[in-house]
Amino acid sequence: MDADSLLLSLELASGSGQGLSPDRRASLLTSLMLVKRDYRFARVLFWGRILGLVADYYIAQGLSEDQLAPRKTLYSLNCTEWSLLPPATEEMATQTAVVNGRFMGDPSHEYEHTELQKVNEGDKVFDEEVVVQIKEETRLVSIIDQIDKAVAIIPRGALFKTPFGVTHVNRTFEGLPLSEIRKLSSYFHFREAVDLKNKTLLEKADLDPSLDFMDSLEYDIPKGSWSIQMERGNSLVVLRSLLWPGLTFYHAPRTKSYGYIYVGTGEKNMDLPFML
Amino acid sequence: MGEPPPNADPSSQDRRTSQGSERTRSRQYSQPLLGIPEDGGHQPPPPPPQRGSRGSQGSQGTGLPHWSQRSSLIPEDQSEEGTDYTRSMSLGYPPGFPAELSAQAYTDEDRMMQQFPRGLLEQLETSYQDPGASLLGPFSMYPSEDQTTQHGPYLRDDPTLHLGPSGLGFMPFVGEVPDPEPRELAVQNAKAYLLQTSVNCNLSLYEHLVNLLTKILNQRPEDPLSILETLNRNTQWEWFHPKLDTLRDDPEMQPTYEMAEKQKALFSRGGGEGEQEMEEEVTDTPVPNIMETAFYFEQAGVGLSSDESFRIFLALRQLVEQQPIHTCRFWGKILGLSRSYLVAEVEFREGEEEGEEEEVEEMEGGEVLEAHGEEEGEEDEEKVVDEVPKPQWKPPPVIPKEESRTGANKYLYFVCNEPGRPWTRLPHVTPAQIVSARKIKKFFTGFLDTPVVSYPPFPGNEANYLRAQIARISAATHISPLGFYQFGEEEGDEEEEGGAGRDSFEENPDFEGIPVLELVDSMANWVHHMQHILPQGRCTWVNPMQKTEEEEELGEEEEKADEGLEEVEQEVGPPLLTPLSEDAEIMHLSPWTTRLSCSLSPQYSVAIVRSNLWPGAYAYAVGSLRTCTLAGVTSTALRTSTPPCRLRFSRSTPAAPRSWR
Repeated sequence: MDADSLLLSLELASGSGQGLSPDRRASLLTSLMLVKRDYRFARVLFWGRILGLVADYYIAQGLSEDQLAPRKTLYSLNCTEWSLLPPATEEMATQTAVVNGRFMGDPSHEYEHTELQKVNEGDKVFDEEVVVQIKEETRLVSIIDQIDKAVAIIPRGALFKTPFGVTHVNRTFEGLPLSEIRKLSSYFHFREAVDLKNKTLLEKADLDPSLDFMDSLEYDIPKGSWSIQMERGNSLVVLRSLLWPGLTFYHAPRTKSYGYIYVGTGEKNMDLPFML
Repeated sequence: MGEPPPNADPSSQDRRTSQGSERTRSRQYSQPLLGIPEDGGHQPPPPPPQRGSRGSQGSQGTGLPHWSQRSSLIPEDQSEEGTDYTRSMSLGYPPGFPAELSAQAYTDEDRMMQQFPRGLLEQLETSYQDPGASLLGPFSMYPSEDQTTQHGPYLRDDPTLHLGPSGLGFMPFVGEVPDPEPRELAVQNAKAYLLQTSVNCNLSLYEHLVNLLTKILNQRPEDPLSILETLNRNTQWEWFHPKLDTLRDDPEMQPTYEMAEKQKALFSRGGGEGEQEMEEEVTDTPVPNIMETAFYFEQAGVGLSSDESFRIFLALRQLVEQQPIHTCRFWGKILGLSRSYLVAEVEFREGEEEGEEEEVEEMEGGEVLEAHGEEEGEEDEEKVVDEVPKPQWKPPPVIPKEESRTGANKYLYFVCNEPGRPWTRLPHVTPAQIVSARKIKKFFTGFLDTPVVSYPPFPGNEANYLRAQIARISAATHISPLGFYQFGEEEGDEEEEGGAGRDSFEENPDFEGIPVLELVDSMANWVHHMQHILPQGRCTWVNPMQKTEEEEELGEEEEKADEGLEEVEQEVGPPLLTPLSEDAEIMHLSPWTTRLSCSLSPQYSVAIVRSNLWPGAYAYAVGSLRTCTLAGVTSTALRTSTPPCRLRFSRSTPAAPRSWR
């Protein structure tokens, strides 16, 4: 959610039951302002909160002018001091895929994972148990990246692409009309398009290249991994991801307010196909 | 448009060039009009070189586009910048106007620098006050070559002035102008072309551009060039989708209005005498103080927004009015796929019985019958050939559910989807349902009668599954500070009751509160105050073998197939009011996390305990003075994420720690 409209956004996203306490809100308002100034971001998003056993991580993301450029992620334990996280790499993802369970809440905590590695010694090949240390910070980075790629969403029309390739915030976005809010095709993944090239020419003909340049939620696998609900007496649409429980996206139709926040334990729901 | 005027001519021309070229890019309609400036036969009022230069820009459209060009030119007149600019920026001229304006485009740039006569301007202005006859006014001034800087006033979009979109305003010109010069003819042709409409739609390009520029000038957005395409699209859309009359309701908003009506009903106080009701409500009402608990949970960062909490309070009040309720508590909210559930935990007054028990018993009977039916079927088929060995499997005896007001059925639960909707009562839970619920993990859809399709099959529909989950969550996460509740009286031997122990407690009047820091530090300061549910699915153990005496005899005669049939251990769970430090761990992690609500102000903060097993279950406690002591336990916003197989514990010995069942 945009740091500019933090209070309203938290209010609207509170249907999931998780929010922020007043002291955190107050410190976020001031510290995000300073973060925006220090890092020269065009827009700062409060990404959410990852619950750990000992402490919680508060995550913020900063965007530059081009909305689809790689975002910078910062974390904080107390909402006042923010530290930049390194960008996520493939290697990190594979490394941290073996770690399960909750986050500890201590960024310097190291998970130990024993692996069997093949060691060549001369002619003999035998497996040796190697204990691999994985830092919690690495895990944090890759989890945030996975969540972003999988379930960060925006409504259709909120961003538009200029012929130069730069993606801008659409100032004339007036909100989704009421007839469109329950359709999954009105929401896009907030990331570079992966699936667009696979569409047939017929489908592509209907797309507006300035608005429809991201993947929509319609073709997400597994099907049904989004729950769409109306809250507040039908005046707010809330999408919750079932794959990463804790991600809530809200949008008030016919208005400009929209945003997403993740408050959860940072664990993917691997049992999703069984639960549906 | 709003840029400060440049001082030098060349720079202004450059700017015009750039503006013109941009306009070329974005407005393709200007293409067909290229022919006009290059028509050499014309004798234009301005000297040709200027016209040629502008022709090379290719930005010659008639009428409308040039107002913007003019607007850039006008500010060059530095002395008049203020007043004339504002005057000139108003729009809304009748369609006849642009023909005259287009002529201005060809005016010499140098002449633009001249101060155009004020009289002319006022004349032009007044001429637009009365449409129709005045159309000729500006036009008749046109032929004079000296009066070049006829920029004309821009009028605001006044509906009284606007002639209407379909008026072909330049018709009067044709009738009145005696002999249009070739240039004027070209202009009229261009305008006629712009005004044409196609078979498909009624909107001509001309009208659309009028609308578009009117809109831009009225709204004055920042940096309109960057949003030009969107504005274009929106204007077109608005033409074909006019706003509805004030007499009709917007059909799309119908469901929203309905919900709003229902919620409005919540806010009205029930009918009847006003004052009497006031007294009653103030004194004794079972509805809890939701706003207070919501405030404390907000300190923890948990909970719904305050207006939603207030609506829940009103919905609970509605429930209390409808049902004979003794105590009531907001249990929490369970999120579902299409709708969510708000759960209220109530206790009926003494003597109020529920009529749902009979239905449940019938269901159980039906299940047993089915099992027998299957066995008989098999026998029939094989009877001819050989005596098929009878299956010795007997379905396990159905464990009876607990009585109301005891054990897992101690409280009654009502659910509703949203405040304003009616409350539905959930049936009592049976042990079989609890046992199945432990094995499966399903999402709630939000509709109570949805079947639960799972393996192992769940006996019941979503209402039963919901009730079973509520029972499990309550048993696992309802906690309170040590000493807040105490046992009523000393009970006899524990062994007599099968290890159930005491099952009732009452508030401790002498409770003085534990300091918040201590509550956060040690889990021994918290105790469970709901009975633990045994693996059997009940809180008090029932020996299933006692009821089936006949089957026992049969079992002895036949071969021993099932070993465990007769050796049923008595299941024992930790007694009531056990501290949390005795809880078993989940995968080497403590099952509870404690936090101070605010580390910056520890003297006023609240101790928060969060369950790691049931994400979403929170408890808070503030114990300072006796009067301010609160021990509230509410699970809010829970997702049905019961980690299934990971937590399967083997059968434990009687003195076991509390297992996560």
